[in-house]
Amino acid sequence: MTDWLGPEEWEAVALSLKVSFWATLLSLPFGLLCALALARGRFLGRDVLNWLVHLPLVLPPVVTGYLLLLSFGRRGPVGSVLHDLFGITLAFQWTGAALAASIMAFPLMVRAMRLAIEAVDPKLEEAAATLGADRFTVFRTVTLPLILPGIIAGAVLAFAKAMGEFGATITFVSNIPGETRTVPSAIYAFLQVPGGESAALRLVVVAVVIAIGALVLSEWLSRRVARRISGT
Amino acid sequence: MSLSVDIRRGLGGFHLQTQFEAPDGVTVLFGRSGSGKTTVVKSIAGLVTPEQGRIAVGGRVLFDRSGGVDVPVHKRRLGYVFQDSRLFPHLSVRDNLAYAARASGRGTRDPGEVGQLLGISHLFDRRTHSLSGGEAQRVAIGRALLSEPDMLLMDEPLASLDGPRKAEILPYLETLRRETGLSILYVTHNMAEVARLATHIVLIDEGRVVRSGVPEEVLTDPDMVRLLGIRDAGAVLSATVAAHPDDGLTELTVSGGRLYLPSVEAPVGTQLRVRILAQDVILARTRPEQISALNVLPVKVLTVRRGEGPGVIVQVQAGQDRLLARITRRSADALNIVEGTDCFAVMKSLAVSQTDIAVGLQSGL
Repeated sequence: MTDWLGPEEWEAVALSLKVSFWATLLSLPFGLLCALALARGRFLGRDVLNWLVHLPLVLPPVVTGYLLLLSFGRRGPVGSVLHDLFGITLAFQWTGAALAASIMAFPLMVRAMRLAIEAVDPKLEEAAATLGADRFTVFRTVTLPLILPGIIAGAVLAFAKAMGEFGATITFVSNIPGETRTVPSAIYAFLQVPGGESAALRLVVVAVVIAIGALVLSEWLSRRVARRISGT
Repeated sequence: MSLSVDIRRGLGGFHLQTQFEAPDGVTVLFGRSGSGKTTVVKSIAGLVTPEQGRIAVGGRVLFDRSGGVDVPVHKRRLGYVFQDSRLFPHLSVRDNLAYAARASGRGTRDPGEVGQLLGISHLFDRRTHSLSGGEAQRVAIGRALLSEPDMLLMDEPLASLDGPRKAEILPYLETLRRETGLSILYVTHNMAEVARLATHIVLIDEGRVVRSGVPEEVLTDPDMVRLLGIRDAGAVLSATVAAHPDDGLTELTVSGGRLYLPSVEAPVGTQLRVRILAQDVILARTRPEQISALNVLPVKVLTVRRGEGPGVIVQVQAGQDRLLARITRRSADALNIVEGTDCFAVMKSLAVSQTDIAVGLQSGL
């Protein structure tokens, strides 16, 4: 396997997996909160939040990447605070790639979770409350188990989207081998040099395998969970 | 535990203004659909908030607008049995039952015992989706019991079940009342359930309480006949099993005499409650001879209520009990049936079905 992929290609695959993993994991709690707020919340600015969440889906990825660069760059309003207070730099780092990937994948994650939350019958939560469960217990013991398939589906979708993110990533963190050159960036780079087609093709195969694997895994996981939940 | 309700709520055009006291026992909240009964129960449980008023269970104030009290749902200690069972689909029957004990933090009642009481012990390992409607509802009742509530609220628990399933659950509800001594507020618009279960009745119409009292009085009040439904109107009598003759009948004594009914499976001496529909009662001025109907009670006419149609409702006194008879206006005129007339109430034995007989339930408790 390692022989089949060159070191540069292997590096890109490993980096893509790392970036996508962290992008998915760190956006999970925020995604769940957003989905809950959008599905259940009755507050001023709910429409604005909905827009914001969906914006990366409709904006050109380059625009999202550029906006990230403006705000999270070393001199950007958020970036400078992160740098001065915590010594964290995101621009041109793999962490920045993870941020770009998570923001681009966020709408997909939230949509899947929101659908699952909206499918939960509030009558069941009412019943739990009459049995003596406070709001947090109701969420933990009734809502959360029932929306678990949606959470898994959202996470896997987000992971797959993060694996394929290109436009925002290359704009925000460039295409630095070993740091920000993910699989799509690497394919792009290989195609720019003469004789790079075979390496690009090998990465294409890897991308396809990972994408299909993720789909199959998510399908299997959510079916398993759904079965456990509905008891069939 | 007694319940005291006095609430007001204006919902669009619908105005709810309900005030009643429910003593220990089974209080039936009876009214047509849309009369506001579910809103009342939900207010008691805390699932909806009245605009004004006060709710207390056994002296514990759950809601008092002017006093600023509004105990949250999960702290009200009221078991709620919904029309749809609302079992948790991700949990087994056993875990649904265990959930109640854990959530309420009062798991001292033995789930095995409750399982026996409701006949659901054999279902413990089942998933909820595989239960029949009747089984699911029994599990839901068990779950509510295991949260060890101060009082049980049952919102048309049998309404979504078909006839045979209803008949299957009713005896369990009677047992429940007898064995646990728990006070129940039972919402229904089914007269058979009222007659079987109620020890107190609250009649509600368009958000207001129109009558509150023991079944013997409320059900035989000619003024309530319109609300109860003319075909469902009828009295409930307290009876005692006197004998089981070998011709398939059971002999009962009531305060006004003797009744023969289709065989009741209860030992001699058992207290019963029998529902006798107004339209099953015939009135005769003289004691009928050579008639196939077995039950003839001497009665005295209390009131004659004429309606718009061809029928009249006659309220009669039979011993300590009151009965209703629905006869035509023509007959009432021909027989000169007026207040104070002595006559005889005639009933076919077979007109009383098994679902109209409640075992071991004494009214006015």
